Amino acid sequence: MLSIRNIVKQYAGHRALDDVSLEVESGKIFGLLGPNGAGKTSLIRIINQITAPDSGEIYFDGKRLDQSHINRIGYLPEERGLYKKMEIGEQMIYLARLKGLSRAEATAKLKFWFEKLGMETWWKKKIEELSKGMSQKAQFVATVLHNPDLIILDEPFSGFDPVAADLIKDEILELNKQGATILFSTHRMESVEELCDSIALINKSHKILDGRVKTIRNSYKNETYLVEYTGGKLDLSGSLPFNVVSETAGDDDSHTIKLKLTAGSTANDVLQYLLPKTRINMLQEVIPSMHEIFIEKVNQNA
Amino acid sequence: MNKVLLIIQREYITRVRKKAFIVMIFVVPMLILGMSAVIGLVAKNSQELSNDQVVKVIDDSKAFEGKLHNVKHIKFETGKQPLAEAKAALQEDENLSVLVIPADYTKKQVQILSKKKPTYQVTNEVEKQMNAIASAESLVAHHIDTALLNSINKTHIEVNALEVTATGTKDANLGATMGVGIACAILIYLSLFIYGAQVMRGVIEEKTNRIIEVIISSVKPFQLMLGKIIGVGLVGLTQFGAWILLSVVSSKIAGHAFSGPGSPMAGAIAVLSTIPFGYILMCFIFYFLTGYLLYSALFAAVGSAVDSETETQQFMFPITLPLLFTYILSVSVLFQAPDSPLAVWLSMIPFTAPVAMMVRIPFGGVPDWQLGISMALMIAGFLFTTYVAARIYRVGVLMYGKKASFKELAKWFFYKE
Repeated sequence: MLSIRNIVKQYAGHRALDDVSLEVESGKIFGLLGPNGAGKTSLIRIINQITAPDSGEIYFDGKRLDQSHINRIGYLPEERGLYKKMEIGEQMIYLARLKGLSRAEATAKLKFWFEKLGMETWWKKKIEELSKGMSQKAQFVATVLHNPDLIILDEPFSGFDPVAADLIKDEILELNKQGATILFSTHRMESVEELCDSIALINKSHKILDGRVKTIRNSYKNETYLVEYTGGKLDLSGSLPFNVVSETAGDDDSHTIKLKLTAGSTANDVLQYLLPKTRINMLQEVIPSMHEIFIEKVNQNA
Repeated sequence: MNKVLLIIQREYITRVRKKAFIVMIFVVPMLILGMSAVIGLVAKNSQELSNDQVVKVIDDSKAFEGKLHNVKHIKFETGKQPLAEAKAALQEDENLSVLVIPADYTKKQVQILSKKKPTYQVTNEVEKQMNAIASAESLVAHHIDTALLNSINKTHIEVNALEVTATGTKDANLGATMGVGIACAILIYLSLFIYGAQVMRGVIEEKTNRIIEVIISSVKPFQLMLGKIIGVGLVGLTQFGAWILLSVVSSKIAGHAFSGPGSPMAGAIAVLSTIPFGYILMCFIFYFLTGYLLYSALFAAVGSAVDSETETQQFMFPITLPLLFTYILSVSVLFQAPDSPLAVWLSMIPFTAPVAMMVRIPFGGVPDWQLGISMALMIAGFLFTTYVAARIYRVGVLMYGKKASFKELAKWFFYKE
């Protein structure tokens, strides 16, 4: 869907993006991660053709990105905003018409969305009469009203209360099922694991990691396991097939150990060692969360 | 549909729908009418003849000899001395005027000469009596032929009021011309400011509401700026159009209500009718449009550079300085010397031309070549400022929380896309 190749963007004082390349697959949900000031918004603005890169190219569906693609992209900026004194219905139709819809098409689509999200009574209201969460909902509708093939959301969940955030998340998933490609930036890692097929991590204007979420997490496995057992506390000394990372005691005579395999041993060796000694409740491989990977990579990079 | 057209449509409709716009359409002409009514009343009271006026009649046609009859405060005398001598006598006596009737008075102008501007009462009385005498004469000459009555009734003699000064005679309507000149200067100065500021406020609104990023992911910044400028400009033209329509209608009504010989209104209308309003109006619209395009682009650039209206001060002052400077000069000096080198130069420079030229135009006598150069420079001027402003605007609208300086703006100008 989107192929970003060697993008460089230089601002007066600093380089916002340095040789960044990405592939966003069609029909997938792509997460753009990075700490504040990493260059996420700069990249998103370039994809939206709000600014142009100093060098590098972007291909949309195999063609060089140009003005004709604008109507196929829906964009929700991080800084939300609508005309305060304009009626919502009229405003949504105006924004949709700027994206190439006719008045009739826009009106029909808007009716559909207002009904779906329970906003029918808002038509004649002005933004200044709505709460912040409500106006964000309206803005989400404005972003997707023209059925874009690519939906770009900059920090989509910030500013929503949990109920509204869930509603929006479901809508994003549904739009994705219907074929829309989603690209969103965030620094909320829980939403990444839940939603994203692939991610790219940007830090200090460089891409430092990208790929499928599953693959990345698996590649960050480091032979660490969690074991929970019940019974008296074990004396873990002598020669072991593992090293103990941490030990915690549970409420009801249960204990949890976090361990790391020694070279050459497997999970089976751990079980073999423990089986005669105690009752095992659970053995689980620890797969690092995106949050941990994020922190680790960013700190490495610092 | 073209995206710029959509933007123009939105900018226009949201403004025209506002109550303030509709109220302005009716309130402003009412204020003007009210003010002129007050002025008229004051003028009427001050024009009540307090001194007896003597009109010396030098009648080469002999048609009016002895036929003009005295009324209250106005006494007619037959002038025996030659014209030059009568003119000299005028300098001695303020209450004296000389009525000069040429032999062929239906073709040549009848003139009334006096030291000060003759009052309407005198000119109206003379006009009224002469018309009556002339038509009576014609009736007699034609043996009261009723078939010819219509053409006879068309007999109309205009008294052309001239002031005799040390340097010669000059048009007594100069006062009205000056008034129109100053009114034009004030009107164009105010409207450039009002509508330019509207553009600026619109840009700031979009920036502080943060809707700007949504919009310019759909259209180019230049399209948005252009749409806004044109939309607001059309609002201005609509406002003027409504005012012109209202004043034409109301003056027609007023004309019916107050017409009739001798009324001060008729005199005022007679004076105003000597001013070429069509020509002035066309020039006004041209200088409003080009001046508006020139300044509103700069106003838009200022709006894009700030985060709130309070921050605009530092940029507004230098931008509006030429306009303010010309305006002050216009209402103090330029209207007294509309053809002075200063006035000519100011009416050439695009930043000052709208005001300076509009002061000069009601006086007539602006050579076509000067008007042509000035207009061409206006067009070049607004193209130039629009180009500069667009380059600043496209960067400025995306800059949040950065205090811009002129140095910063210059940097933005040279940014690549």
